[in-house]
Amino acid sequence: MSDAVQAVPASDDIETFDEPALVEGAESEREVAVEVGENLVEVRNLTMKFGGLLALDDVSFDIKRGEILGLIGPNGAGKTTCFNAMTGVYKPTSGDVLLEGVSLKGRKQHKITRMGLARTFQNIRLFGDMTALENVVVGLDARHRTSVPGALLRLPRHVREEASSIDRGMALLEFVGIAQHAEKRARELSYGSQRRLEIARALATDPKLLCLDEPAAGFNPAEKEELMALIRAIREEGYTVLLIEHDMKLVMGVTDRIVVLEFGRKLADDVPKAIRNDPRVIAAYLGEPEDDAA
Amino acid sequence: MSLSSDGPKIMPDAESAREAIETESIAVRRHGPFVHLRERWNELPRQAQWAWLLIVVAIAFALPYLNFFPLTTEPGNDWPIACFSMAVYALVGVGLNIVIGYAGLLDLGYVAFFAVGSYTAAMFTSPDSPLAKIPYLWTLPLAIAITMFFGVLLGVPTLRLRGDYLAIVTLGFGEIVRILATIIPAMNGQVGFQNVGHPPGTDAHGLPVFVVSNGTPWYWLTLAVIIIVLLLAGNLERSRVGRAWVAIREDEDAAEIMGVPTFKYKVWAFAMGAGVGGLSGALFAGQVGFVNNQKFDVQTSILFVAAVVLGGAGNKVGALLGGAIVAYIPVRFTAIADYKYLIFGVVLVLLMIFRSQGLVPAKMRLLAFARRAMHWVPPTEPKSAPESANATEGSAS
Repeated sequence: MSDAVQAVPASDDIETFDEPALVEGAESEREVAVEVGENLVEVRNLTMKFGGLLALDDVSFDIKRGEILGLIGPNGAGKTTCFNAMTGVYKPTSGDVLLEGVSLKGRKQHKITRMGLARTFQNIRLFGDMTALENVVVGLDARHRTSVPGALLRLPRHVREEASSIDRGMALLEFVGIAQHAEKRARELSYGSQRRLEIARALATDPKLLCLDEPAAGFNPAEKEELMALIRAIREEGYTVLLIEHDMKLVMGVTDRIVVLEFGRKLADDVPKAIRNDPRVIAAYLGEPEDDAA
Repeated sequence: MSLSSDGPKIMPDAESAREAIETESIAVRRHGPFVHLRERWNELPRQAQWAWLLIVVAIAFALPYLNFFPLTTEPGNDWPIACFSMAVYALVGVGLNIVIGYAGLLDLGYVAFFAVGSYTAAMFTSPDSPLAKIPYLWTLPLAIAITMFFGVLLGVPTLRLRGDYLAIVTLGFGEIVRILATIIPAMNGQVGFQNVGHPPGTDAHGLPVFVVSNGTPWYWLTLAVIIIVLLLAGNLERSRVGRAWVAIREDEDAAEIMGVPTFKYKVWAFAMGAGVGGLSGALFAGQVGFVNNQKFDVQTSILFVAAVVLGGAGNKVGALLGGAIVAYIPVRFTAIADYKYLIFGVVLVLLMIFRSQGLVPAKMRLLAFARRAMHWVPPTEPKSAPESANATEGSAS
């Protein structure tokens, strides 16, 4: 696949972008608070050391409810490390992450997910042998409460949850625009569809904060445009989004606020316009030719 | 051991990752007789599927009477007892498939659970045992409960390990159980337990129905058990439990991050697999009527794993067939019975080269109401865009 600019969207995946509202049955079962302003996540003095390497040095920032926050920085600045430390993949050396005032420290990853923090992966990590729909339903299962004996004997709760998960799963696939591939195995999907499926699977866990780790990696400009529309639509639905991205155009175009990391330290934290004109940021990051970053 | 692969790993260039995915989506087109058969099966209405299943079950129940040339065992091997042995191995295959096939946990000590089940049946029914006696049929649920307990006992400390490490520890566990049977005086070592119990019932002449010399009633009992276990395993498969298992098999870290309590479900997989193993062990002990420490060696464990891999890990019907085949070949071809490990080894190597997914490849159905999704899926019309063409054809074929 060449990265040449294509005038038309090259994939069949993008169809339902005019009306990105979640279809009936797909709404979050949780009360979603949409007012922007109040802090949803507070990252407090997060420090992460790998042996002698200081990957994150005393990073603090807030994520406000309902906003799209961009996390940018040159290669190796610690973006993904910050992500992993937040989502419980790494245990921070010091510092803390609070979700709605509750510390995530020392919690198991699946508990953190159930508390409302979902993520996608930089290198796609779908369940390849499962169909697209099944992948999404794994995410939905995070909110299900069927026990093993309940599933074994098909008790009423199991039946109810299974029935609703088909509808919600399909609605989510439709929302990200790949409903027509629901019955295909994840590994048979095209690259763009796989990225979208990752987003759908993360949304299925019904997160308060959706963390997207370089969702546009490997996308051509047309696909990036569509992704921006999707991210905006996700916010419209009441989700808060944390976006790690290399592509400055995408970040500038979609975020409300940007946190810049460099060498594991927070360099700046401001609205995109101010970031664009911040001399420190320009020196650290934008000074490089932009094309390299994508 | 943790999610290091996501962090410090060198990030493949996104463009090359994309190319890799798109090449793979062409490469994964699968062929083979079973794929076609499965598609036709899936298109059948529910009633037709049940009708076909009834026919298959009827044939399976008639199997001890289908004692004619190409099928029958060679002289010296009793055909109904061979049928029973096939059924027990098939049940073992179904149980081990939960562990290996669904959850992707390589258990090389599965014979230990089989042994625990056998000893449970023997020690609660044989007059040689000091324990209290209970009716044989009660030992079946008891064997399930005790082996599930052993499954949890093995699982809790070991399931934090992955891959090869887990395999080695389970291998050790298999040996521990066998050696314990040798050194604990109450377990009678090589002397073992004679006159293991059997289900009640007498025929017209007042003789018991379930005797060691007659495999047919034992076979029918085991077949009935298999059908129940298959139904229950199917229920698990099409639930969040089955999905959690497969998610763990596919990518344990990603599963954990998607909210799957991976450790809990791995322990459940061990417990469920162990329960079925114990059940088959108890049935085996009943038919043979004698249990000692000689039958539960590593080779048998490996044979169980071979059965699952041969039939198709991840597919319960495949594992069932694999188990039956592994038990059938040595009694059908007595001349080669001594070389059975050699032959199974060669067959497995060939299988891995030419058909690595096993005889019946896994295509699990992980949703209870998948048919309901169909009305959502818009019909796929031929696409003109070059990128999508690859991906669409891949599974439409």
